[in-house]
Amino acid sequence: MSTDSQQNAHHSPTLEFKSSTFSVPVLVLASNDVITIEQQLQEKIHLAPEFFKNSPLVFDLQELNSLDLDIDVTELINIIRKLGLLPIGIRGGAAQQNQQALELGIPIHSGYSTAVSSGTQKQQTPEPEATTELQVIAATNTLITHPVRSGQRIYAAGDLIILAQVSAGAEILAEGNIHVYGSLRGRALAGVQGNTEARIFCSDLQAELISIAGNYKISEDLNGAVLNQPVQIYLQNHTLVIKDI
Amino acid sequence: MARIIVVTSGKGGVGKTTTSAAIAMGLAKKGHKTAVIDFDVGLRNLDLIMGCERRVVYDFVNVINGEATLNQALIRDKNCNLLYILPASQTRDKDALSQEGVGKILDELKKDFKYIVCDSPAGIEKGAHLAMYFADDAFIVTNPEVSSVRDSDRMLGILSSKSRRAEQNEEPIREYLLLSRYSPDRVKLGEMLSVDDVQEILSLHLLGVIPESKSVLNASNSGTPVILDEKSDAGQAYADIVARYLGEDRPHRFIDEKKGLFGKLFGGK
Ligand SMILES: Nc1ncnc2c1ncn2[C@@H]1O[C@H](COP(=O)(O)OP(=O)(O)OP(=O)(O)O)[C@@H](O)[C@H]1O
Ligand SMILES: [Mg+2]
Repeated sequence: MSTDSQQNAHHSPTLEFKSSTFSVPVLVLASNDVITIEQQLQEKIHLAPEFFKNSPLVFDLQELNSLDLDIDVTELINIIRKLGLLPIGIRGGAAQQNQQALELGIPIHSGYSTAVSSGTQKQQTPEPEATTELQVIAATNTLITHPVRSGQRIYAAGDLIILAQVSAGAEILAEGNIHVYGSLRGRALAGVQGNTEARIFCSDLQAELISIAGNYKISEDLNGAVLNQPVQIYLQNHTLVIKDI
Repeated sequence: MARIIVVTSGKGGVGKTTTSAAIAMGLAKKGHKTAVIDFDVGLRNLDLIMGCERRVVYDFVNVINGEATLNQALIRDKNCNLLYILPASQTRDKDALSQEGVGKILDELKKDFKYIVCDSPAGIEKGAHLAMYFADDAFIVTNPEVSSVRDSDRMLGILSSKSRRAEQNEEPIREYLLLSRYSPDRVKLGEMLSVDDVQEILSLHLLGVIPESKSVLNASNSGTPVILDEKSDAGQAYADIVARYLGEDRPHRFIDEKKGLFGKLFGGK
């Protein structure tokens, strides 16, 4: 004991507080139907199981509350945990909801809770917080020069550029755009943090699944005209559009 | 510098042990001191193919556990005095191998041998992981069918991310495709993938095609690697593979179907 404290006296302090910014997915709810929420969340997770496994998550009730839809926060937290996500914050909650969250050890993020009334501003830019937060890390490009093989998974915080093939059974995810200069046979998910502007470009489309901001198509949904073609894929009115380039 | 070659596949029964025995013998016959190690702990197969099963006293696990020295466990091949076999244990399970223990043995072998051929067990579990972990070169043995190709692809992913070279950010493992049990006639009937199909899926350097051949069974029954059967097609295929690996430029063979009289008269493709 005494030696320990002596050592500590000679060294720098054992702890220090630093301020850091983290990027955390925010779950924005537009319905208070917990069963539907669970279903849809499950579907999203299924798209990128590895990515969501034990992922921290902030849930946002601002929209719900502005629509006067109450939700059972305890149940919501249970669902989130049950699906293998780790809730680390509530945002935009009403006083009683915040209290419920706190009781379950979930901190309250003030975020824009003061701006609840500024409805007009909000409509122009849906989910403004989510997008600004993401831009912080969306600046980098990830370049992969070797094939991505079955069972491999690559996650890029920005754009993902692959100069080789992506095998069936491989999974590539990017918060930004995805470019594959080779055959795309695996699963490609762009805009995984909700960026609906993200696109997928590939020189030979044979994918098992393509997704942009959670809107996906599986290989069965791809029609013959686009298969084995160089294409770009983007979102238009919540539907995936596949166009040749 | 010694080179460690892993013969691996993911899928079982595709010809890894046959290949390990053949190429180890081929390298030794070309004058390179070579050791071939059986990583299939619990099954033990290589010693049968090499025809040395009756001379096994100590094995790989004994050496790892310090119960025998490497020199005590290595068996000199009866046909070629530059070739040594390190057999697997039949009585232990895979957990008897440790990464540290394997690393030590390979380091010791590297001082004395030019090539060290590691015959991997099937699967992607511990045994297969240890067999590939220290490799410099990988021979991916694939059969011309979808499941085998898919497993090879999976194994290639593991090689490029979980090997020592990958973990230490060194130059990656050199990967070579060996397409085994190839039958051009069955490819033509659409029962098997063609060389082109497989290369298209794996995009990998083709080191050679080994035809489906009765000579392989004959060779393993007599306990001599098939490469010593110089008249056989499979033996020649392996001889080509060894030569190509050592830098010789040899055209690929055994890819086109043997044309019967009918085919010759009316010219297939
Ligand atoms: N070119 C070939 N032609 C015909 N039969 C072959 C050929 N290559 C291998 N075989 C046969 O296939 C079987 C499996 O071969 P082998 O034991 O070499 O495979 P393996 O990949 O080592 O199997 P395991 O995964 O069980 O270790 C054996 O019966 C062998 O004789
Ligand atoms: Mg074997």
